[in-house]
Amino acid sequence: MASQSAVKPAKPTGAAGTGFDFGSLIRRPETGAFLGLVFVFIFFAIFGNVNFVRPAGAASYLNVAANIGIVALPIGLLMIAGELDISIGAMIPAGAMTVAIVSGHFGAPILVGMLASLAFGVLVGLINGFLTVRTAVPSLIVTLGTLFAVQGLVLGLSVALTGTTSVALTAPDWVKFFFGRFIANSFQVIIFWWLLLAAVYYFVIHMSRFGNWIFAMGGDKESARNVGIPTDRLTIMLFVASSTSAAFVGMCQTILYNSAQVSGGMSFIFNSIVTVVVGGVLLTGGFGSVIGIFFGTLTFAIVNQGIYFTQFDANWSSLIIGILLLLAVLMNNTFRKMALTYSPKKGKK
Amino acid sequence: MAAPILELRNVNKSFGPIDVLHDISLKVGAGEVLCLLGDNGAGKSTLIKTLSGVHQPTSGTVLMDGKEVAFNNPREAQEMGIATVHQFGGTFPLMSVGRCFFIGNEPTRKWGPFRVYDRAKANEIAVKNVQDFGITRIDDGDRLVGGMSGGERQSLAIARAVYFGARVLILDEPTAALGVKQASHVLRIVLEARKRGLAVIFITHQVTHAMAVGDHFAVLIRGALAANFMKGEKSREEITDLMAGGEALADLGAEVESYMESHDGHPPPAQP
Ligand SMILES: Nc1ncnc2c1ncn2[C@@H]1O[C@H](COP(=O)(O)OP(=O)(O)OP(=O)(O)O)[C@@H](O)[C@H]1O
Ligand SMILES: [Mg+2]
Repeated sequence: MASQSAVKPAKPTGAAGTGFDFGSLIRRPETGAFLGLVFVFIFFAIFGNVNFVRPAGAASYLNVAANIGIVALPIGLLMIAGELDISIGAMIPAGAMTVAIVSGHFGAPILVGMLASLAFGVLVGLINGFLTVRTAVPSLIVTLGTLFAVQGLVLGLSVALTGTTSVALTAPDWVKFFFGRFIANSFQVIIFWWLLLAAVYYFVIHMSRFGNWIFAMGGDKESARNVGIPTDRLTIMLFVASSTSAAFVGMCQTILYNSAQVSGGMSFIFNSIVTVVVGGVLLTGGFGSVIGIFFGTLTFAIVNQGIYFTQFDANWSSLIIGILLLLAVLMNNTFRKMALTYSPKKGKK
Repeated sequence: MAAPILELRNVNKSFGPIDVLHDISLKVGAGEVLCLLGDNGAGKSTLIKTLSGVHQPTSGTVLMDGKEVAFNNPREAQEMGIATVHQFGGTFPLMSVGRCFFIGNEPTRKWGPFRVYDRAKANEIAVKNVQDFGITRIDDGDRLVGGMSGGERQSLAIARAVYFGARVLILDEPTAALGVKQASHVLRIVLEARKRGLAVIFITHQVTHAMAVGDHFAVLIRGALAANFMKGEKSREEITDLMAGGEALADLGAEVESYMESHDGHPPPAQP
């Protein structure tokens, strides 16, 4: 997997760029993320036991990567557009509980429960988006509010409706086939969703016109609005994407593990921000890439899981993640500065 | 006489309780340069924003070729051939020259069933137009705009407006960040646009720049049209005084001197 994605940064995407071009390489936000990924992979391949490079090892970090990655992609786009969404921490259990309560507790058809989960995601995304656009309150604060509101709502409703904070759900086989099963006993099917979504986001961000608009919004919202970019609509759409993605991950977890809990999900807030920043997205917006977020997610997942394959005490993994984050940010900053000042010595013919 | 390309009739604009523009009526014809003058906060930027679709007038009408138009957003104004370089900005530091040039109007090409951004074409056109503008240092459309100087970025924004400005070119203090050479280049661009029959609205705080290109001058004082005259109707001194908000600058020197004499050589405190 890692070696397959490793081919990407060297591949030119346009008509220009034949052969090695230093300028276009450092201008890519994912260059730093790629180096980080290679580094941690080699590190754990050396210090970990052989299982790390075997399928079982790969499954352990790909499963983590897929669950974070599906949320991290839209979070990264929001960050590129200059916004943050931390309400995803509550949306993951909300998505999980909704399908469990609707279909598990009340016995509604599974499709109804799944749609309810996703619809709840869309609704919270619309609320986040509208509040951010209309009030001009920073989205960090808006989503901090909805984070707590959704958390309280889910806890309150779960206890009121079911009397517990944990609800069981047995999904039909065909639903498990698509949304929640282990392939070859170890790979979660959600990995394919992650890859598919990454491809879709790649197309939208880097190949369609919308992508250009999102970067412009993050770079200078006022100017973007002045050239006629529908900044409000795009902002709302991005918030809908992030909270619906979070609800989707929660829903898939319920289908996979046959039960949902009210708690959990909070770790996704920091983890998704770490992966996105390690992936080369600028916290203040305007710069980043889907491939970078993809690499950042893999890097995070490898560090997160790789520690279990080494002799080190697992308690150290947060220390490694912290140092990794700082190194990644420093490296990305350096690359960005180089990208800004770099110009080829001779004009290309 | 043909109808002016762009005309404002009794336009008012307020932001909530704040009235910014009062009853503005103005015309710009083809091949004419309108210099919009006025003190800081007089409402110049607000006026051109209502012409470029960023704001909608609270009351009054905007006419194009004698027909009433309403721009609900900047894109609609652009589609009618009005291109604007707004004060402060228009460029995005971490985007490439090509992407910046075409922001909002990205060229696309077919890719299977999809339409995708045509990077090669965007870069080629952008680089050519920026170079035509005298910024020959830019030869790579993938370069990030943030690495260019303030004047180069301004030139990029102007080159872009000239490229998209089919009929009306609006420049809000385009020479503010520019060196002498680049500023005179901008003035030449304005004259060139006029020769091609475009209507140009040009905002500046520099009398020299205004006098060099203007055919028609409009002065805003606190949101109202204080003067509206053609080239040659007023002297340089009169224009300077009007630009300062109607206060006679000529008297300023004498005022400062007498103040300093009576205050142990201290200059007068800045007035709000
Ligand atoms: N969106 C807005 N909401 C409220 N007030 C505004 C808004 N935009 C402008 N104003 C006010 O309108 C007045 C005119 O502003 P404007 O930017 O048009 O001035 P200007 O003539 O362009 O000045 P300068 O020479 O400094 O660029 C100012 O008092 C400003 O505070
Ligand atoms: Mg202004």
